[in-house]
Amino acid sequence: MYNSSILKIKIFTLLRICAVFLTLATFSIPAFSQEKHEESAEKPFEPSEVILEHIADSHSLHVWNTTAIPLPVILYTDKGLEVFSSSHFEHGHADYTGKYYTYRLVEDKVKIVGANNILADSATVWKWNSSLIDFSITRNVASMWMGMIVLLVIFFSVSSAYKKRSGKAPKGLQSFMEPLILFVRDDIARPNIGYKYQRFMPLLLTVFFFIWVNNLIGLVPFFPGGANLTGNIAVTLVLSVITLIVVNLNGNKHYWAHIFIPADVPVWIWPLWWVIELVGIISKPFALMIRLFANITAGHIIVLSLISLIFVFKSMGIAPVSVAFVIFMDVLELLVAALQAFIFTLLTALFIGGAIEEHHH
Amino acid sequence: MNPLVTPEIGLVVWTTVSFLVLFFLLAKFAWKPIMGAIDERERFIEDSLSKAEAAKDEMARLTNENDALLKQARIERDAILSEAKKVKDSIISEAKEAAHKEGARQIELARIEINNQKAIAMADVKNQVATLSLEIAEKVLRKQFEDSSKQDALVAELLKEVKL
Repeated sequence: MYNSSILKIKIFTLLRICAVFLTLATFSIPAFSQEKHEESAEKPFEPSEVILEHIADSHSLHVWNTTAIPLPVILYTDKGLEVFSSSHFEHGHADYTGKYYTYRLVEDKVKIVGANNILADSATVWKWNSSLIDFSITRNVASMWMGMIVLLVIFFSVSSAYKKRSGKAPKGLQSFMEPLILFVRDDIARPNIGYKYQRFMPLLLTVFFFIWVNNLIGLVPFFPGGANLTGNIAVTLVLSVITLIVVNLNGNKHYWAHIFIPADVPVWIWPLWWVIELVGIISKPFALMIRLFANITAGHIIVLSLISLIFVFKSMGIAPVSVAFVIFMDVLELLVAALQAFIFTLLTALFIGGAIEEHHH
Repeated sequence: MNPLVTPEIGLVVWTTVSFLVLFFLLAKFAWKPIMGAIDERERFIEDSLSKAEAAKDEMARLTNENDALLKQARIERDAILSEAKKVKDSIISEAKEAAHKEGARQIELARIEINNQKAIAMADVKNQVATLSLEIAEKVLRKQFEDSSKQDALVAELLKEVKL
């Protein structure tokens, strides 16, 4: 009796949450279309434009309809540091003249307006020679800090629970997190790294929960979630570079010997071997970077495409079909969120295991 | 280059800084105590299990020992009982034998005494008979020889018989 009533309450809560989600979805769709209509009444709806805008980074946090929280713009120019609010750009409609240059927001990228209205791009990894490097707190940075706060709150409270209840069975949040921590230890670290796994547990746990929590925050369809953080190549780049560094810093003499003086390979092939091994060292974390980026970005693109169908067909009739597919995709993405965090951590553990393995010839 | 695959320098820097800060904070204040507590608890559980196992073994050993002791005690009791029975039997048989011997001795003694008494009695009776016979013979002779003639006759007869 008692159990069934609890179950009923839980089901009702679940239904209520679903109802809220659906209401939000139906509310946000007209708002979204309205915004577009205001901007370009005669231009036809371009799903790819909208989708790319949503999965790219931004200088403001979109909250509701036309309400957005401006974020600080931090620019490192060749003349000095400039810090101002992104509200000065008025969503790209106005230029801002700072201490050193005049800046304009074009497709959410800050550019320097030079003489004769010539725009100078900020530096990118492909083109360094620019007088402007953009260190702004963007939507992705804000989302990442939110994820960090979530992680710190969760794990500090779990940690204090372990201190308070030392030697006792886990309880509450602690009992929810413990199997996950043990999963990382027993199914990721131990089988792939071996008995030296303990040294790498902090990194693996941080990577696993960082990716997972940020994946989940990215799936939340309304403020403050929805940023495509783990689907941003810069973030996956940093994570995979950390893997690259950790793997190669911990490589033992067998690992390096295998790369530089392979015993069973004729000496005249060694130069070719070195090239192949170097490609191998780089390509492993490169695959990590691309895998996480592509999976998360693809998920966001699919969800946004399904929503865009409504505007492509210009019909509310398609909305139920679209929303049904979106819910299906979101559920799938919940799985992908955990799966990608798992795969990234697993492969990191595997690479570390390969680098510190003791060979017995 | 497509902006999607262009890592933005700002985000790279912020991600690096944020991730490292997160890593050090979690490593120091979360992972270390959590993993320590989990390891400690696992060790405790393992210890407890092995201790329980040892206690079980000890218990089994003690039970075995007790059984052995009990068995031994039973054997000893049986041995003692049979010994006692043997002793009892021997005591009884010895007593019987002694009693027999004593009885036989007493009977023998009695018989000898009886014989002695009988011999004494017989001797007494013989004396009495002899005394009586002599008294009777004296009285008969007195009666026979009251008359002096008869005495002379007898003397004469006897003198006749005597051949010199």
